[in-house]
Amino acid sequence: MNTAGVSPNGSGAAAVLAAGIGSFALAVIAIAADRISGFGKLMIFYPPTGPLSGVTTSAIAVWLTVWAFLEWRWRKKSVASGKIAAAALLLLILSVLLTFPPLADLF
Amino acid sequence: MELTTRAVWTLIHGMGFGGLYLLACAGAIVELWRRYSPRAPLAADRDEAFLRVWLTAMAVVAWLAVLSGAYIVYPWYRAMPPAMANLADYPQRLLMSNPATVGWHSLGMEWKEHVAWLAPISITMAAAVFFRYGRSLREHSQLRNIVLAFVCISLIAAGIAGFFGAEIDVHAPLRGGSTIVLMQEGHR
Repeated sequence: MNTAGVSPNGSGAAAVLAAGIGSFALAVIAIAADRISGFGKLMIFYPPTGPLSGVTTSAIAVWLTVWAFLEWRWRKKSVASGKIAAAALLLLILSVLLTFPPLADLF
Repeated sequence: MELTTRAVWTLIHGMGFGGLYLLACAGAIVELWRRYSPRAPLAADRDEAFLRVWLTAMAVVAWLAVLSGAYIVYPWYRAMPPAMANLADYPQRLLMSNPATVGWHSLGMEWKEHVAWLAPISITMAAAVFFRYGRSLREHSQLRNIVLAFVCISLIAAGIAGFFGAEIDVHAPLRGGSTIVLMQEGHR
């Protein structure tokens, strides 16, 4: 799907999708840490900050790992950026909603 | 006239890094919208370099905002008081002690402490994409649009965090630490 004269969009798509996945991971890990007591304790990387330290550090690790992997796979390719952008945007919007306590408490 | 070190750090975190990020977001959105649409006139080299610096500075500021919040201010906010302590020095417990203010913690802080992190993730992505593509973003309209959408949502996320941060500080300000004297009584 390479288009002559236009740089491949794979690198940009990798960054966008990874940001969506990382954001969604943050919301999911935060809900899990809140709901599952043992997991919440596991997320205390820095006691004064509590589980927030592990939740955010883990989400950042997921985000950067996914980004590195997708960059490695897509950097020289052109990919279906419309679908990837839609998926990334959906994940980001879900992240905003799932971090909203009344919605997070539904799980 | 005095300030405590905790109040100063709250100011640096909220009005400094957080406020600066909110202000900078508007500029980034306008520039990405105006200069990188397919029919926009080609951006000059210096404009492109400026936007690179702008987005990088925003990413740095966003990370400083969440890191200072989570690792400097938040531990003071959530500290557990000893028995019979004055709750005024323990903002989380002070908010939770009154049904009229408990929502500022259970909804406000619980949302703010997580949603704020979407801002640095989004703006770091935006900066990385701009570094990689620069003016050729004009040829990748879907990529440009999604980067714009992420920056807009990062503005919303930072706005939520900023609003609740400000309100929580009104209802249960952080106190304590050493005192910084700004003006002595005799200096009027």
